[in-house]
Amino acid sequence: MIKMLKMFSKRILMSLFKKKENIKVGFYGPPNSGKTTLANTICKDWTGEELGMVSRVPHETRNVQFKEKVEIKYKGKSLILKIVDTPGIATKIDYEDFLRYGLKKNDAKKRAKEATQGIIDSIKWLDDMDAVVIVLDSAENPYSQVNITIIGNLVARKIPVLIVGNKIDLKKANVKRLEAAFPEYDVVGIAAKDRINMDEFYESLFRLAKKV
Amino acid sequence: MIKEKKIKGLQIHVMQHAEVKEMGIAERVKKILGLVLGNKIVIFHGRLRAEEEARLIEDTMAMVDHIKNFKGIELAVIEPDIREESLFVKMKYGLAKRLVGDNSALTVIGPASIVKEIKKDPKKIELMLK
Repeated sequence: MIKMLKMFSKRILMSLFKKKENIKVGFYGPPNSGKTTLANTICKDWTGEELGMVSRVPHETRNVQFKEKVEIKYKGKSLILKIVDTPGIATKIDYEDFLRYGLKKNDAKKRAKEATQGIIDSIKWLDDMDAVVIVLDSAENPYSQVNITIIGNLVARKIPVLIVGNKIDLKKANVKRLEAAFPEYDVVGIAAKDRINMDEFYESLFRLAKKV
Repeated sequence: MIKEKKIKGLQIHVMQHAEVKEMGIAERVKKILGLVLGNKIVIFHGRLRAEEEARLIEDTMAMVDHIKNFKGIELAVIEPDIREESLFVKMKYGLAKRLVGDNSALTVIGPASIVKEIKKDPKKIELMLK
């Protein structure tokens, strides 16, 4: 009986002080908000390698891509993450939109077909996440239904959320508008491409990991 | 050169909450997408649950992949903004929501081939047609 009690208390103590390993953090958001750019910046900072390709043409990421065991050491603290970069979620896909970026008709159609499957995969992966970073373009209107749908689903699944307002270097960027739109959440403004405000982002990331 | 198609008529289907109340997620989404595929703009009295919205996007994408000329949907929900209201009003709203469902919201869903954009901020909604 005493042996059992000892084992039980040992387990409780271990679960309290054990370093959380490989927390699955998903990067979600609408297309072209900079999810892959941010994931690349983090991976480059801590592993020296990037995660995926970026492009000005929407829906560049059409498959869920991930990097295991990304160890982030920040201000004496350490965190091991599995970074999951997901295709942008949208409610419509029109191959003709890609033609405007100079893609040939067949390539545009192929991209559209892959993008639809990518969106389905993104939604399916939601269930597997421990925490989610929602990456939004801080120069765009935050009140889009896609943003609200993603957040609503995370709340329903009790998954902790961090909202990132990316592209704060743009003239039209407005982080205050993002904060007003999502007052219940931690919102941090960055420009992932130019590494602006990444320190504040890492602090927010550690706060997010604590909620897991 | 992208050809613009002109709309010859616009049909709006107003769907009461009672019409879909007893339906499961799949059935409800199927009904909405059936109407949207018929080029109708659906105004749903109430709002879909979070998982229903996700399912709607998933099924829409599966249809974009399989149905010629279907490009997806535009979707928006209008709800009363009660953030600034008193605790009593918030509690009253929450209780009513639990008892009779979220009937204070309006959901607008339209085919992307007709609805170019639904502009939304907390106080107004604008339907931009093609």
